[in-house]
Amino acid sequence: MKVTLWGTRGSLASAGPETVRYGGNTSCVAVEGPEDALLVLDPGTGIRRLGAVVGKARSIDVLLTHLHMDHIQGLGFFEPLYRPDIDVHIWGPPSTTQDLRSRLTRYLSPPLFPVWLRELPRVILLDVPLGSFTIGALRVDAALVSHPGPTVGYRISDGRVTVAYIPDHEPALGCRKFPDAPAWTSGFDLAAGADLLIHDAQYADEDYPAYVGWGHSSLSQAIAFGALAGVKRLIPFHHNPSYSDERIDRLIAQAPAPISLELIPGTEGLTLSL
Amino acid sequence: MQKPLELILMRQLAAHLAMPIFIADAEGMVLFYNRAAEPILGRPFAEVGERPLREWMREVNLYDEEGAFIPPEERPLPLALRDRRALHRRLQVQSFDGRRRRLEATVLPLQGQGGRILGGAVIFWELDGA
Repeated sequence: MKVTLWGTRGSLASAGPETVRYGGNTSCVAVEGPEDALLVLDPGTGIRRLGAVVGKARSIDVLLTHLHMDHIQGLGFFEPLYRPDIDVHIWGPPSTTQDLRSRLTRYLSPPLFPVWLRELPRVILLDVPLGSFTIGALRVDAALVSHPGPTVGYRISDGRVTVAYIPDHEPALGCRKFPDAPAWTSGFDLAAGADLLIHDAQYADEDYPAYVGWGHSSLSQAIAFGALAGVKRLIPFHHNPSYSDERIDRLIAQAPAPISLELIPGTEGLTLSL
Repeated sequence: MQKPLELILMRQLAAHLAMPIFIADAEGMVLFYNRAAEPILGRPFAEVGERPLREWMREVNLYDEEGAFIPPEERPLPLALRDRRALHRRLQVQSFDGRRRRLEATVLPLQGQGGRILGGAVIFWELDGA
């Protein structure tokens, strides 16, 4: 399985000299599996560059964790959406009020966007089942996680390697002491024992108290969550748009990661072969 | 195994509220009651822990307003889960400490995304300490 980070920034694309190393594009991760499977985890603004290098893929699955703007903004700029020779399946979390098409059309229609969703040639919209399903040879588990609005995280396995992706997640919300027991920790089953966890780390510890309930984690909370779940490697990402590369360097250098957990800061362009 | 997110958040909310709340899952496991509910039920949750509702029903007796015993299958929580609707009743509860208390109970089935019934929450309103 090959995992590439195309977007690592949270909330708002943040291009500039101060963010050039960790990256300014919003959440987008590509997972390439057996049999040419290509999964795209969130079409944040990072998806634009991915669109230029999809190669021979004739079927692409785009998995949305939720529909906040930073996680869908790149969708209209994903070149394969306009190609008649590629099927693009877009999976999104179910809502009790509107179907996925209605929710995505709010963005992919004038005046916010010049092209209507219905004009895209081979787009198939699907509700994410809350549970297990398969995409090609990959097993995908989806479960609701603690973040405002219907939001899921994903666990993807090829039978040999497991990757968990929880980009927007506040498992510490309401906990008197974090981490709590595994049974009472949001996202635990998704991450348990994963070879790689890509997880929200939007805040420095000192900034988190001002944003309780906004649906994100501090770097320390991300590490505590990864350690509780027994993951081997943790990529903290969804970096705060106002944090410079130097500030992220300092946070990572001071992070209280246990020896058993390899910490790999989320960096745009990073590829891991697992 | 992790509990469904909705139950996790319900427990967090109950732990922070000052009104008595009791939570069970759809399989009939008592998951939690908060500190405000402990005087009504007569024992701290930390001592009792998670346990099947059917065990509870052997130790916690419910009576209607006139004092008639309510059999397990007619108690508000199982009824609310079975019928998937909220219930509100006046009751008398005789709990672990043997005291009988008069109260009102509101039972809410907890419906998660996709219409799943995940369990129920009981909110108690104590009428007196009799």
